[in-house]
Amino acid sequence: MSQMIKPAPIVKSFTVPANPAKAFAVFTDGHGRWWPKTHSIGDSPLKEGVIEPRVGGRWYGLLEDGTENMWGDVLAWEPPSRLVLAWRISGHWAYDPNLLTEIEVRFTPQSDGVTRVDFEHRNLERLGEGEGAMQIRNSMDDGWGLILDHYIAAVAG
Amino acid sequence: MTNVKAFAALADPTRREVFERLSRGPRAVGDLAHDMPVSRPAVSQHLKVLKEAGLVTDRPDGARRVYQIDPRGLGQIRAWLDQFWDVALDAFKAEVERQAAKAQDEPEGDNP
Repeated sequence: MSQMIKPAPIVKSFTVPANPAKAFAVFTDGHGRWWPKTHSIGDSPLKEGVIEPRVGGRWYGLLEDGTENMWGDVLAWEPPSRLVLAWRISGHWAYDPNLLTEIEVRFTPQSDGVTRVDFEHRNLERLGEGEGAMQIRNSMDDGWGLILDHYIAAVAG
Repeated sequence: MTNVKAFAALADPTRREVFERLSRGPRAVGDLAHDMPVSRPAVSQHLKVLKEAGLVTDRPDGARRVYQIDPRGLGQIRAWLDQFWDVALDAFKAEVERQAAKAQDEPEGDNP
């Protein structure tokens, strides 16, 4: 059987000088004010990133030419403490509605109007799924174990 | 940056096709070109771009050159995402800080 490829989730923690409600609002309602313009797919430049404020809401990039590029959707909407987004951008850099990787952001109050933000992007192993990936795994079964070890070291490091 | 290159390399449909064919197993250039509607030099060119992006590796096999997917390329995608989030979250943090500074200048506070 194939060895399971399981990259570690991307985890980030930091604090921001605001209460959780404000931090949550900036992250979501204020998405367009901070989401980097470089972080986009599509032919036209990014105008702003948008998160629709409800479970099932769309998460997308509004491009300068008016088109919308889907990135994912809202899985959990629990202001001010928790937000879970589906990130459905594949390793081939395309939107794939059948791909599910999860981004969870937790906002925890600290002392004095300071909030700790815990960010996690998980299920990254699924980025390697889809058309090409089953075949990638099949090739690995054909004696790619050593290379796989390098891969696991690279993603864990 | 290699990881940006990896995404850019896979944005081209023909190149993606070459990459996906390689994911079935190592192949020589001529072998790949044989069942694709593009010329052998074109396939070579695509392989060169994929190699520069760190997505495939090659090795000589007699007179031929055999290409295979470099699974570390997927690790690079994770590394790229990691940096992607660093940049995005730094920008988020800066925006909260900017608004906090603004709220201090305007003493009416958070509630409009």
